[in-house]
Amino acid sequence: MNQPANEVQNIRKIITASSVGTLIEWYDFYIFGSLATVIASQFFPKTNPTAALLSTLATFAAGFIVRPFGALVFGRLGDLIGRKYTFLLTLIIMGSSTFAIGLVPGYQTIGFAAPIIVLVLRLLQGLALGGEYGGAATYVAEHAPPNRRGYFTSWIQTTATLGLFLSLGIILITRHSLDADRIKSIAKFDDWGWRIPFLVSIFLVIVSVYIRLKMKESPLYAKLKTEGKTSVNPLKESFTHRSNLKMVLLALFGATMGQGVVWYTGQFYAQSFIENICKVEYDQSRTIFLWAILFATPFFVVFGNWSDKVGRKWIMLVGMLLAVITYRPLFGKLFSIADEKIKTEVADEKQINTSIKPIAIGGNSLRTIGTKYFFDDGTVLTETRTDTVYADAGKTTQKPAIKVSKLLPSKDYWMMVGIVFVMILYVTMVYGPIAAFLVELFPTKIRYTSMSLPYHIGNGIFGGLTPFIALLLTTIYTGDKLVGLYYSMIVAGLCFLIGALYLGNRIDRDVSD
Amino acid sequence: MNVLKRIAGILWIVAGPLAIYYLVRTAIEEINKKPVIDTKIQWAVFVIVFIPIAIGIMIFGVYAIKGQYDHLPDRSADIAD
Repeated sequence: MNQPANEVQNIRKIITASSVGTLIEWYDFYIFGSLATVIASQFFPKTNPTAALLSTLATFAAGFIVRPFGALVFGRLGDLIGRKYTFLLTLIIMGSSTFAIGLVPGYQTIGFAAPIIVLVLRLLQGLALGGEYGGAATYVAEHAPPNRRGYFTSWIQTTATLGLFLSLGIILITRHSLDADRIKSIAKFDDWGWRIPFLVSIFLVIVSVYIRLKMKESPLYAKLKTEGKTSVNPLKESFTHRSNLKMVLLALFGATMGQGVVWYTGQFYAQSFIENICKVEYDQSRTIFLWAILFATPFFVVFGNWSDKVGRKWIMLVGMLLAVITYRPLFGKLFSIADEKIKTEVADEKQINTSIKPIAIGGNSLRTIGTKYFFDDGTVLTETRTDTVYADAGKTTQKPAIKVSKLLPSKDYWMMVGIVFVMILYVTMVYGPIAAFLVELFPTKIRYTSMSLPYHIGNGIFGGLTPFIALLLTTIYTGDKLVGLYYSMIVAGLCFLIGALYLGNRIDRDVSD
Repeated sequence: MNVLKRIAGILWIVAGPLAIYYLVRTAIEEINKKPVIDTKIQWAVFVIVFIPIAIGIMIFGVYAIKGQYDHLPDRSADIAD
């Protein structure tokens, strides 16, 4: 079916306007997570228990409790007053919160007010994100022609991953461009440069707000409004009417919970695994993801487009099944690539550098021993051991701080890029068609509310908790480095079973009802 | 297929209480093991967010047993009580 040129141009404008804003929202949300360590040192000092408590709340509450709550608040608003103004509002809340985080003085300057302000701003970020996605996906889907809904909404689906890409990229660039000397540049970044990625966001938001202001209301929603058929109480209709609640539950247990864990395992847990378990050097671990995301992102559109031809169900479910079957071998391979125990050390090249700096207290000194181990395949392992040399000769440091980082040779580096690419490919399978799938499941008058909640429970709770639960499992069951994967594998496996049994593969051509 | 959908409903109903039991038991064990504020908040969040979800899967199971998923609605008009 050929579309008139002006219709194609119009839908392209709509996709661009919606996607840019959603991408910025994801970017805003992820920079906080990516800079969690620096932010903790600036606002939440571990030495102060209340500040540490606020830090934990900021981490957990924003991502997991507030997001579904935001879905309810803004979903309801989107069904009551319209898509356009609601997701314009979420963008403004997100943009201003992010910019404000970049301006908040540190704990050293204003004390307890600092972590409290940051916590509130982070909660606002979570709230805004909860409202954004459903609006953007609904808005694009309600403009898209019936036979190309998967293709057009898949552009919205690229934004979460591209937001992550943008956040990693901007942080990496800023970290290395504040001084000609690499170490000084990183020190400046940790001191004040981390604010730049937050402040930059405001320019992106202004542009995006301007574009969105010029957009028109969704035609399907506008028609409903003209006819006076909008919902009076979307929350009640979505979650207390059995016929709709059963679809909300089906969307959650048969699609979004599996999608959430696959998304977060491939793009977040894998990142933490490469950095903290494989001990790959900071820049390398980040650029591995940048390359993998760059290569995999087009597949969101490929699978979205394909879902218009073969249906949404099996593309998503096959993505989940592949994840369940291959996660252990893929993560096992990541671990073995970086495992120095199976490499041969070139003992002659070993380098040891020791530096001692006096500490102001009691004539003690801080000793840093940096040891570089070279391996025959080109891997370089750097071990930095820091301890205190006491003036009192009989006293020794109980537990020296040891940091290990590995610089991989080119072959191993690209192999890791390849493995992460495969994991993100699974993400594109489960995530590419899901917006069209969710839109087609619910009626126009309560669509924003009904699709936002299962999406944010699946993505925010099941997915967002993945890195924490995986880490927790590794601390409970210490014998297996891959034990953290069982959470994702069980959730994705269960979702596959429910989806395979209960979901239909029919593409709903008419979403105007 | 519809018979299988209904029988599987029993599994989802059972899965809810089992998940709650496992979650609460693990939370108590882990908090007792390390009774610091971080552990308490972390497990409190897990329990608070996962209990309603576990109840949700039980409701899903009840709907499945009652045959609510035997035929999915073709039109939005079918989604009306």
